[in-house]
Amino acid sequence: MTTSQPAITATGLRKSFGEHVVLDGIDLRVPRGTVFSLLGANGAGKTTTVKILSTLIGATGGAAVVAGHDVAADPDAVRAAIGVTGQFSAVDNLLTGQENLILMADLHHLGRAAGRRRAAELLEQFDLVEAGKKTASTYSGGMRRRLDLAMTLVGSPQVIFLDEPTTGLDPRSRRGMWQIVRDLVAGGVTIFLTTQYLEEADELADRIAVLEHGRIVAEGTADELKRRIPGGHVLLRFAEVRDLESAARALGQVSRDSEALDLRVPHDGSLRSLKALLDRLDGASVEVDSLSVHTPDLDDVFLALTGNPKNEKVTSR
Amino acid sequence: MSTMTSTVDKSMMYALTDSATMLRRNLKRMLRYPSMTVLLIGMPIVFLLLFVYVFGGALGAGIGGAAGGRAEYLDYVTPAIILMTISSAVQGTSISVAMDMTEGIVDRFRTMAIARVSVLTGHVVGSLIQTMLAITAVLGVALAIGFRPSAGVGDWLAVVGVLVMMAFAFIWLSVALGLASKSVEAASNVGMPLVLLPFLGSGFVPTDSMPMVLRWFAEYQPFTPLIETLRGLLMGTPIGNNAAIAVGWCVVIALGGYLWSTKLFNRESSR
Repeated sequence: MTTSQPAITATGLRKSFGEHVVLDGIDLRVPRGTVFSLLGANGAGKTTTVKILSTLIGATGGAAVVAGHDVAADPDAVRAAIGVTGQFSAVDNLLTGQENLILMADLHHLGRAAGRRRAAELLEQFDLVEAGKKTASTYSGGMRRRLDLAMTLVGSPQVIFLDEPTTGLDPRSRRGMWQIVRDLVAGGVTIFLTTQYLEEADELADRIAVLEHGRIVAEGTADELKRRIPGGHVLLRFAEVRDLESAARALGQVSRDSEALDLRVPHDGSLRSLKALLDRLDGASVEVDSLSVHTPDLDDVFLALTGNPKNEKVTSR
Repeated sequence: MSTMTSTVDKSMMYALTDSATMLRRNLKRMLRYPSMTVLLIGMPIVFLLLFVYVFGGALGAGIGGAAGGRAEYLDYVTPAIILMTISSAVQGTSISVAMDMTEGIVDRFRTMAIARVSVLTGHVVGSLIQTMLAITAVLGVALAIGFRPSAGVGDWLAVVGVLVMMAFAFIWLSVALGLASKSVEAASNVGMPLVLLPFLGSGFVPTDSMPMVLRWFAEYQPFTPLIETLRGLLMGTPIGNNAAIAVGWCVVIALGGYLWSTKLFNRESSR
């Protein structure tokens, strides 16, 4: 297997359950040693994609090659090269953390001494040395995810699938998980990450694909995606409705929120246009309480690409 | 050719080592969750005491005529209670298999390069050990309250063989039932008929005391030849062709359970 060969390729991947089409022909190419993020709302088809690529279910059409092996033709060779941490905790709750890791080591046929060594290393690495002697049912959500990921790593996989690895975690555990992912990539593994958090994709991924109703609607680096949105906006806050009204009259094309007393003015980020804006507000002698400049984030990109109103289950934290 | 043989050997060996790993996992789980084992062993013991001390006097008189009594009924009913221990214990198999399926860990196993069947064989061998321990406990209680089998050493060995065979068959059936259940609650109910079937056979009263339709059912359902074989070995009553029919039923149930289980386990996870 040459190093130039991508870790994951998918061509025209399709999946339907009866009449219901979940994946409608997706193409993916993930180079080795990179983080690829599949971003989408619940029900977009993220988990289905992971299940197909990790040999849990078969595709209805198309082909996928993971770590150099066809997922349909040679699933066992794929399984030997991958690690999967699914959306739902895949630890044995009645076993201790250490026993869970040793179970994985035994299933990877590492041998007794090497298996115990590997388990001890991972407990250390994931800050679970103390917890390792307790049954997993007593673990917090963050500890459980760490154990889950540690179990995935026992066999030293080349390609790791992380399906919504931080869903339901508190901010501190989430950042801890991000650091773990960065360390793994530094060690040379390829990570295929699904998330519904734009911030997470922005933080971690080399490339991002936006999945919407089983189709990839955009793909690129975070910056490339952000560049697709022409500009950001300036947010103006007012103390009085009166000021908001006169500012809205003076500026024309704005979006307003009368309850929060603020205005969003489209803005290209240049100093010149900011000065022009301030001049116009000055000219109308409006009292502005505060002003902030917002460059486009993936949130804007996502909403622009998918036309997905906020009330759907897209979360940005 | 030789490389092919060695590949086969290697995969056979992995199937064995993976099964042993899964067995260790299941035994640990049983130790961590002892209340289920206690419940499964407790039920047949309660039935034994209930039938011997509450109904035993009257039923014993019915079976043994004027000479019959509680002691005779204890000897009559114990083989049925032992069989009920198997059908009670294998409910635990369905429950623990269903529990496994609802937890994410089985999906993890499915994405690993292991012998897939080891997930199931781990449950089967674990349950077999659990069931034999349960039978030992129930038999211990029966002996303590006066059960006096006439079996010799050879008979006892045959008893162990027959019990292992029966337990093995019903365990594979229960694995399939556990896999077919949509939830753990459903799995805990699905084995109920197995516990009730000994009542509708020659387990607690002779079938010739039953009305026509029920008697017909009782004579042809699998538990009756199983009970008659066990009773014959323990108490020296005539076995006739019951042993052959019992073996036939066990082979059919084990094979059916195994094929159904592997089919269910290898279907795509859609949960």
